[in-house]
Amino acid sequence: MKVAPFHYHAPASKQEALDLLAHYEPEDARILAGGQSLIPMMAFRLARPGHLIDINRIPGLHGIDLRGDAIYIGAIARHAAFEKPIEPGPTGRLLADVAAAIGHAPIRSRGTFCGSLANADPASEWCMTATALGARMRIEKSGALRELEASEFFFGIMTTALEADEMLTGLTLPRLPADARHGFYETSRRAGDFALGAALAIYRLQDGRMQDARIVLAGAEPHPRRLADAEACLNGEVPSDAAFRAAAEAAANAIDPLTDGQVDAGLRCDIARAVCHRALLRSLA
Amino acid sequence: MSETRSISLTVNGRAVAADVEVRLTLADFLRQNLRLTGTHLGCEHGVCGACTILLDGRSARSCLMLAVQANGHAITTVEGLAPNAEQMHPLQIAFQEQHALQCGFCTPGMLTTLTELLRDNPDPSAAQVREAISGNLCRCTGYNSIVDATLQAAKKLREGVPG
Repeated sequence: MKVAPFHYHAPASKQEALDLLAHYEPEDARILAGGQSLIPMMAFRLARPGHLIDINRIPGLHGIDLRGDAIYIGAIARHAAFEKPIEPGPTGRLLADVAAAIGHAPIRSRGTFCGSLANADPASEWCMTATALGARMRIEKSGALRELEASEFFFGIMTTALEADEMLTGLTLPRLPADARHGFYETSRRAGDFALGAALAIYRLQDGRMQDARIVLAGAEPHPRRLADAEACLNGEVPSDAAFRAAAEAAANAIDPLTDGQVDAGLRCDIARAVCHRALLRSLA
Repeated sequence: MSETRSISLTVNGRAVAADVEVRLTLADFLRQNLRLTGTHLGCEHGVCGACTILLDGRSARSCLMLAVQANGHAITTVEGLAPNAEQMHPLQIAFQEQHALQCGFCTPGMLTTLTELLRDNPDPSAAQVREAISGNLCRCTGYNSIVDATLQAAKKLREGVPG
């Protein structure tokens, strides 16, 4: 349970970090952000990086910037920063609802929003949230910047579009409009455990009818995605238990269910249906 | 290969400087280098909560941090909770009175985690206490006495009574 030897770097600037990553990428260099996934994997020696590039001392990466049209989240913004709404609008409330379900307080104090996305665990609440909100990822390497939508970023279980010499330096979240409603529901064996299933549902309520519905699950499939069939059950409808049940059924039918030793395909679909329905019910609260 | 770095930090209010291997966890640094063996190591991958310490006042898993990452920070371990050698922290007194420990292995992590809780939420409900310790495994007590002790300590702290 002790990590294998590695070389340690603590760059003082983003540029220095990207240069180190470019230089040591052939020797399996990894970015160390919150460390709440990477360090356990190193303790198990499932990961044996040759170089760790610790970005925790880079001042410009900690912030959450609320000034623009979209919310900017830096690479070292920690889960705990979202526990209280970062702004009074619906986006701040949504992020706070989701943050409360992530791990335990000692995990939230260290783990980072961007680290969760780069790690891309199928059960990650932030991967689900970024997909639902249409996050735009800032992906940098030494001398180059590219941006990807969340829908282009996740490839599979713990697999993303990030290349070995690239770093997720931040992302932007478009704000929800003032008439947006959301509901989030997660089930796990104990509070703070990995989600057996979670759902985030968002829609706009215009003249009493749901529009622009978005439904994304976590823990259901190898990576999160918008479930268009389920969303179609809501658009144009008045919020009702019948509409919510139809959307939940469509979600359960749409997924390619993850299975493991404890949850088979049938149970995973049942969980998906239940969390989707309960998330939608919470949108009325 | 044993790459080392010089670090300086504050542990329980005392300035500490040391040369550490970069792969040494903060938990092992506290236990082995500083001989502060109150911080316990159960799972060493962030699940059991026994190694929880306060990093700049926030609870954190000392097994999921490298000692080199603590450079410049302030650490509080279970040894640093009591105000002095004669007097225990109100949480520690309540744990004793309510029989909130049997083997004591999980206790250091429980105490640090609950210290943060009571600072941020001086009047928690039993459900909030249970959620706060959901990341701390105890195999002896069944948790009820820990919740009782926490609520007792919270009341004493609100009343300004030492213990």
